Amino acid sequence: MLTAIGVQSMDDLLNDIPQSLRIKALDLPVGLSEHETMSQISALAALNRVFPDRLTFRGGGVYRRFIPAAVAAVTSKPEFYTAYTPYQPEASQGTLQAIFEFQTLIAELTALDVANASLYDGATAVAEAAMMAHIHNGRSEIVVAGYLHPEYLEVLRAFSEGRGIKVRKGTEPGSKTAAVVFQQPDFLGLLVDARALTESAHAAGALAIACVDPISLAVLAPPGQYGADIAVGEGQQLGLSPSYGGPHVGFISCRKELVRRLPGRLVGTAHDKDGRRGFNLALAAREQHIRREKATSNICTNHSLCALAASVYMTYMGPDGLRQVAEVGFKRAHALAERLAALPGWEPAFPDRQFLNEFPMRVANGPAVVRKLARKGILGPLDVHRWFRELKGVLTFTCTEVNDPLALDELVAALS
Amino acid sequence: MTEPLSFEISRQSAAAPRLPEAGVTGPDLSQVFAGDQLRANPPDLPRLSEPELMRHFSRLASMNYSISEQFYPLGSCTMKYNPVVNESVAVLPGFAGLHPYQDEDSVQGALELMWRLERALCAVVGVERVTLQPAAGAHGEWTALRMIAAYHHSRGDNRTEVLVPDSAHGTNPASAALSGFHVVEVKSGPDGRISLADLESKLSPHVAALMLTNPNTLGLFEREILDIAEMVHATGAMLYYDGANLNAFMGICRPGDMGFDAVHMNLHKTFTTPHGGGGPGAGPVGVKADLVPFLPTPTVERTNGHLKLDFKRPRSIGRVRSFYGNFGMLVRAYAYIVAMGGDGLTQASRDAVLSANYLRKQVEDDLEMPHEGACMHEFVASAHNLAPQGVRALDVAKALLDRGFYAPTVYFPLVVPEAIMVEPTETESKATLDAFASAIKEIVAEARSNPQALHDAPTTLPVGRLDEVAAARRINTYLQGLSEDPVLRWKRASK
Repeated sequence: MLTAIGVQSMDDLLNDIPQSLRIKALDLPVGLSEHETMSQISALAALNRVFPDRLTFRGGGVYRRFIPAAVAAVTSKPEFYTAYTPYQPEASQGTLQAIFEFQTLIAELTALDVANASLYDGATAVAEAAMMAHIHNGRSEIVVAGYLHPEYLEVLRAFSEGRGIKVRKGTEPGSKTAAVVFQQPDFLGLLVDARALTESAHAAGALAIACVDPISLAVLAPPGQYGADIAVGEGQQLGLSPSYGGPHVGFISCRKELVRRLPGRLVGTAHDKDGRRGFNLALAAREQHIRREKATSNICTNHSLCALAASVYMTYMGPDGLRQVAEVGFKRAHALAERLAALPGWEPAFPDRQFLNEFPMRVANGPAVVRKLARKGILGPLDVHRWFRELKGVLTFTCTEVNDPLALDELVAALS
Repeated sequence: MTEPLSFEISRQSAAAPRLPEAGVTGPDLSQVFAGDQLRANPPDLPRLSEPELMRHFSRLASMNYSISEQFYPLGSCTMKYNPVVNESVAVLPGFAGLHPYQDEDSVQGALELMWRLERALCAVVGVERVTLQPAAGAHGEWTALRMIAAYHHSRGDNRTEVLVPDSAHGTNPASAALSGFHVVEVKSGPDGRISLADLESKLSPHVAALMLTNPNTLGLFEREILDIAEMVHATGAMLYYDGANLNAFMGICRPGDMGFDAVHMNLHKTFTTPHGGGGPGAGPVGVKADLVPFLPTPTVERTNGHLKLDFKRPRSIGRVRSFYGNFGMLVRAYAYIVAMGGDGLTQASRDAVLSANYLRKQVEDDLEMPHEGACMHEFVASAHNLAPQGVRALDVAKALLDRGFYAPTVYFPLVVPEAIMVEPTETESKATLDAFASAIKEIVAEARSNPQALHDAPTTLPVGRLDEVAAARRINTYLQGLSEDPVLRWKRASK
């Protein structure tokens, strides 16, 4: 090959790199065989403790759920996972159609007009939605109502700072408010008055951004039903493993009037000259590769493969399956809450508030309880005091279809 | 063959999957929630049996080109082979089953992997520390610019501009704007490299940073990088490295040694994590000592063999993503680095440069080469020479699809008319490169003999060229409320 190029040696091709910059070798070990690689990395995996699904009661944004085998069977197809962003539509119809189906599924679930192709996670989805509101109405304040996931709030603050946007906690939007952001159910699992929050946002001329749990939308009112303008959320529960926090998938959907403000990729239908329907990247004039510094967002790579997993999951479940898993979690959580409240020293942290499948309890020695459960092989509740000073002794429990009735018995017995 | 949508295959009679029953006594939804808190109409999701679902998605898979089946010479995208062992390690239960809020003592292996990956990336690019949190390259760019802004701010220095070359990736100016900076473009000189004179004229005490890709998007090494670094640093600005092209010189030289203060890396390019049809990727950012205090929280710290997450970083820019980044992608990239070793990574870059130069040579008589001399890991050609026949870069791209190759990046960088940007990577054999070169020759010959055939391409794929103009018009009509067809989603026809 060097002869064909017309050079003597490999170094002739590197002449543009100043000699003073050349390094002798990388300060890294030499390579290993596949077997040795596997052994070394498996040894690291073995240092971690994995709790069984059924004995995991911790949520806080990442949940253990049943994942149909079909999900991995589809996402592990190399035609999907080793393809690039679908720049050449004719050779990428599989990816494009799968994204189009994902957009439709999310739009249906949230009862809004249009969803995009995916974002990185729930936290950046909240931040991107806030930026949309800022671009849309030119206002520079975001009001965060209630217990938004603390990490989502941190990411929102980091995004906002760059754009000179102020983030304020509260429930009363004013004339400078671009949007009111709330989570439904909130970080503690409690329902907020989504309709009232939406109406107060609108009364102030601001947008309402609902951060929602996608499984909950099988039974709870979706953002479109109570008039929210933008819905965002984390899609991990739709067929993705916890994987120490990622990769998961953020989603965003909005009313028709806001579509041109959406960040990231959008796929739409298009036709060839023979009238065949195909799918193509749409409204690219919003995006960084066309608009550069005037783009609605800088996002390029998104989370397509995770969105594919979510599509397979939702298609597998269908409307009835999705409702079933939502209801099972709801029933078990309420049964567990009642049994925990009967234990001495335990009480519901917010007895007047409703919840779906995640709920806060108060107990005197929260951290000790969590440690005790770990010793018994149970990944117990989440101690939320870490983020909220006013929530001392508050632990949030989560139930899903993987926490079978016997697992609830084991948990209660371990606490008794 | 096109495939109907899952919504179109859906049958009302398809049974729901069998799922666990609650098995406990609990209330009904209607006993807990008021009517308007509940969903009024079920979502219109498809109902498919499992075999119908599997066939649907298998047929969709067959409509994709992918690196596992095709040569994918997309310039700037580094579509190298994705080793399958990476997939095996990422799904180990000891990684995939970890909850992000487990106690540190129970995730020592995960933290150790992150710590080792950070050290390895530091070694490859020559920096002090790396944050693994950003989810993608653009996210990394923005993270780095936030750190650079915080650094200047901490010195009471209010800098408002970021310089970006005209050949830069679109994400660079977009990330700078999102960080609150005014973007100022720096021109390329006639040799395709940044113009030092233009740079000089744009540097001022208002400039926070220069964002640079090296080799640049033309595949050319910025020979005067040390002078550029000196000029930038002399004005108090920082130098930012867009790592999209890092595959060109691993083990040969390092951005840190060139004077870059912040460096992002695309694990889904250089470090073989699969691109997934558009993600997930990972965009770690490395920084020199001056920027370390501003790294996102948490960082992974190691003391006496014990690993912990450090949340107490008072000068940090905060958090840029939930949890600790795309951990599953970090596992894959780490597996690649372990398997390759320092020697393997160096060889990979050398081979990538060899492949690009070889392929460039094979097609230099067929397409225009806007710049002379050796390239690094990619080259930019131009289809400008086919203009007399009315053939454009897009026609060449589509004709390649018919010949079983994915198309190179076209119309980028913007500074080359009719650009065709080719990045073969080190994982392609000489036979593949030769076959690609033959396809280019065949297409160029066809441009002269039968240009219409190229305008008609592709003809062998599920669909032909799609009419984007008509599609955009239909979207407009919908957004203006003049049509019921949303174009951007499926919707059941109203009765």
